[in-house]
Formats: sequence, structure tokens, C-alpha cells
Amino acid sequence: MRRFSWFNATSLTFGFAFLYLPMIILVIYSFNASKLVTVWAGFSTKWYGELFQNEAFLDAVWVTLKVAIISSTLATVLGTMAALVLLRSGRFFGRTLFSGMIYAPLVMPEVITGLSLLLLFIGIGLDRGVLTIVLAHTTFAMCYVSVVVSSRLTTFDQSLEEAALDLGCSPFQAFYLVTLPIIAPAVISGWLLAFTLSLDDLVIASFTAGPSATTLPMKIWSSVRLGVSPEINALSTLMIGVVTLGVICASLISKRSAMKRDQDERTAERAEAA
Amino acid sequence: MRRISLILVPYLWLLALFLVPFLIVLKISLSDTALAIPPYTPTLDLSGWETFRAFVGALDMENFVWLTEDDLYWKAYLSSLKIALISTFFTLLIGFPIAYGMAQAREDWRPTLLMLVILPFWTSFLIRVYSWMGILSQEGYLNQLLLSFGLIDEPLIILNTPVAVYIGIVYTYLPFMVLPVYSALEKLDGSLLEAAEDLGCSRTSAFWLVTVPLSKSGIIAGSFLVFIPTLGEFVIPSLLGGSRTLMIGKVLWEEFFNNRDWPVASAVAIILLLILVIPIILFQRNEQKQREAEG
Repeated sequence: MRRFSWFNATSLTFGFAFLYLPMIILVIYSFNASKLVTVWAGFSTKWYGELFQNEAFLDAVWVTLKVAIISSTLATVLGTMAALVLLRSGRFFGRTLFSGMIYAPLVMPEVITGLSLLLLFIGIGLDRGVLTIVLAHTTFAMCYVSVVVSSRLTTFDQSLEEAALDLGCSPFQAFYLVTLPIIAPAVISGWLLAFTLSLDDLVIASFTAGPSATTLPMKIWSSVRLGVSPEINALSTLMIGVVTLGVICASLISKRSAMKRDQDERTAERAEAA
Repeated sequence: MRRISLILVPYLWLLALFLVPFLIVLKISLSDTALAIPPYTPTLDLSGWETFRAFVGALDMENFVWLTEDDLYWKAYLSSLKIALISTFFTLLIGFPIAYGMAQAREDWRPTLLMLVILPFWTSFLIRVYSWMGILSQEGYLNQLLLSFGLIDEPLIILNTPVAVYIGIVYTYLPFMVLPVYSALEKLDGSLLEAAEDLGCSRTSAFWLVTVPLSKSGIIAGSFLVFIPTLGEFVIPSLLGGSRTLMIGKVLWEEFFNNRDWPVASAVAIILLLILVIPIILFQRNEQKQREAEG
């Protein structure tokens, strides 16, 4: 069925123009020499230079990366465990509550998650800083990870694991040697998702950060509220560039491994036929 | 033993960092304003029946009564609902043709198109919203463009109005609509459309009678994926909406950070959740139906 018409072509063109033009404009104007962001005054990279001299921004980048790496790793471990519990553990006391607590944070407005965690941290007298942001990010990101991993686990053939157990593996070995390699793509994309969610988060971090730690989105937020600024344009361009590169690399790698798998399968088939 | 520890670790984590904080919000929303403003200690003393009764006795609905009396909150809830509904509608209106075009595109283009829809999702939400500030402001690129073409004589005021909020929401949530609709349309069996046309349907009526009903689950899923997070949205109305746009997420933030009125902020949070429960249940039911249909 081929019904690709002018209508489809226009809606795709306009749709993608709408999605990409704002970011393209942002990138172009980050090379604007003028301090007035909306008036073009020639090409310049001076805002990038100023950005790299801005200690507050660099500090915020460091805090953000630290939080994102620790919390996404924790969230991946906890989320994978939660997915295994949801799909494998059968019935246990409080199962409904458990699955409710996995899905609820996905739809919970960020302002509420942030508020409730802040009230908890104040209640137990925990000093707010990097640790509290990590705890908060881990909590909501683990739910996303568990959804990603459990969607992969449902298609996983459990008899493989049983075979490993029959052949003398301990349950941990069976998981480590059989299950984990098979669900690895989902675990990795869960980690990436958790990492991006953490890098991106403004609202929950603002509630749980306290004065001693400022993340990059919080820093961006406080300067953006005063209006458009050329430094933020430069920073945005860098961030867009990093993400674009990352996504392109990831898709190339997954394409390559898919091709390799195809090839392996074909070789195996040929060997079988011979 | 191993099974128990596998269950316990994530379970206890979520109990401590999801359920308990939520109960604290519930408790503070029922506390007196003067008592609960910091410093305050939400220690729940369960040492005996008497202290528990005293604890329960100290709770009251005062903050909720306050919410009904001050019409700021009513207006904020209603305007959040209105903004979420209208922007969901526009996201569908713009997202459906994109998803449709993708589903009709050549098969070898589809992965690229799909990646192009997902890519913005990986870039910072804050930056995507921010990018519209430069476009929509009074001396912004849109006004410059329209003025230079002579389409308008005076710059339009878009930034800091609800229109800017609609644009921001449609822009940032568009992938959430396009992806489920696309996955429904992609599965659509083309021979059904041919059959409809053979049986005398025009192309338009075949679209309305076959394509739309068969992509219903994708449309519903996409609509909820836009509607639910929009309702509690904070960043978009704060950056693009100005002081005139009321949304409940923003009210909660201001109540907490600017007025430092924790009990009222907590009560606002509880009511926002109650409003969200209905769409969430409907969404879950739709997902379930879809899963059953797919077997």
C-alpha cells in the first residue's frame, strides 16, 4: 500500500520544521556577537569563551554529572530488581502496593514528588545537598528503569534460566550468566533513560537541593527567568550537540549489532544446512 | 532467603522514599498552618492509643476549607484543566498528521523519521521551552519576521500570555502524542482501507470510518500522555505564561517557595492528585484493553 501523497509530505515537513526550527534558531544565535540576543551582529564565539570562564556554571555541571551518574546507576540496580520482583516473584504480601508504587511515580506531577521528598528530608533531619538529590532522582528513575526492563523480561524465555539451574548454576550465576546478558540492552537503555531524566530535572532537584548544591538546570533556570541570554544559548547549543552525537552513535551501534546478529544467524543456518 | 531480599530492597526503598513522604504530605495538609510552618517535626508518635487519638484530633480540614474559600485555587485548578484540555486537543491536531505521514512513508525511511521524533525528547526540556522565549518575545524572531513581511504593523504580544503556554506544551509534548498514534497506525492493515474503497467509500469517509476507529487506542494513549503531565506542569507556565497564566503546579511552587505556607501547598498537592486519579485510571484501563486485544 503506497499512499504517500503531497498531504503526507507537507505534514511531515511542517511537523519536523516545528520540532526543529526553535532549536536551530537557538544554535545559530548562540554565535551572535551582540549582547542583544534577537539582533544579529556578526559571527562570534565569545559567549562560549565566557561560558567556560563562568565558575558557577562549571561547578553546576560537575554537581549535575555526579548526581546523574550515581543516581542512574542506583536506579538501574533497583529498577532491575523491581522488574524481576514484578514478573518473577509470583504472589507475596503487599504485591499490589508494590506495583502501585512502581507505576505511581511515573504519573505523579514533579511538584508533588519534590514537595513530598523535601518534607521527608526535613522531617528526618537530613542535610540537603548532593545526597538528597541523588536519593530523589534514584527513586523516580528506578520506576522508569523497571518499566523498561520488565517490558524486555516479558519476552524472555524462562526455560533458558531453568536450563542453567538444571546444569548446576546457582540462581545468582544463572541470572548473571544467562538472564543479564539477554536483558542487557534493556538495562542499558534504562540506565540511559535514568541518566537523561536526572540531567534534565529541574523541579525535583529544586525542592531537594538546598543551598549547598546547585545543578545545571537550576542554574539555567535562575538565569533564564530574567530573559533570553547569549550565554545560555551557547550552553544549550553544547547540550544539544552532545545529545545529538550520543543518539546518533547509539543508533549506529545498535544498527551494527543488529546487522552482525543477522549475519551470525545466516552463518548458523548455512552451517546447519550443510 | 534470596527471594526475600530481592523483594525487600526495592520494596523498602519505595516505602521509605515514596509512600512515607506522601503520607507526610497528607499529614501536613491536615495540620494547622501556624503549627506546621518551619521549624516543625513531623514525628508521628504511635506509642499509645492516647497519643494517637491526640494526633488524630489535631488534624483538621482547615486548609482544604481555605482552598475552597479563596477563589485563586479554584481558578488555578479550572484554568489548569482548561489549558491541559485545549493543548491536548492541539497536540492531537498537529501530531496525528505527522504520525500518519510517518506510517505512510517508505519503510526504509521510518526508523530515521522515528529517531527524528524521539531526538528532541532526549534534549533538555528546559532548553526546549526556553528556545520559544526568543521566538515569541515582543522583539523576538517571529515578530521580526512578520513585521519584515509587512503582515503586521505592531509587534504581537504572545510571550507571557496563555497562547505562549499552549505553544510550549504542544511543542514539548508532541513526541508523546506522535509515538503512540504512529504505532497504532503502523499496525493498520492496508487491505481494510482498500476493501472500504472497493465497497464504495470515498477516501475521506474510509479515513473516518476505518483509520480513525482503528487508531483509537493510540489516540487515547497519546492524549492521556499529554494531558496527565500537563495538568501539573510548572516550567512551561512559569517561563512562557507570565503572571497572568494560572496553573496549579505554579501555584503550589509559589505557595511553597514564596509564601512558605507548607500546609496549604500540601493541600494543593493532595487535591491535584485527586483530580489526576480519574484520568490515570482511564488511561490504565485503555492500556489494559489494548494489551488484551493484542493477546
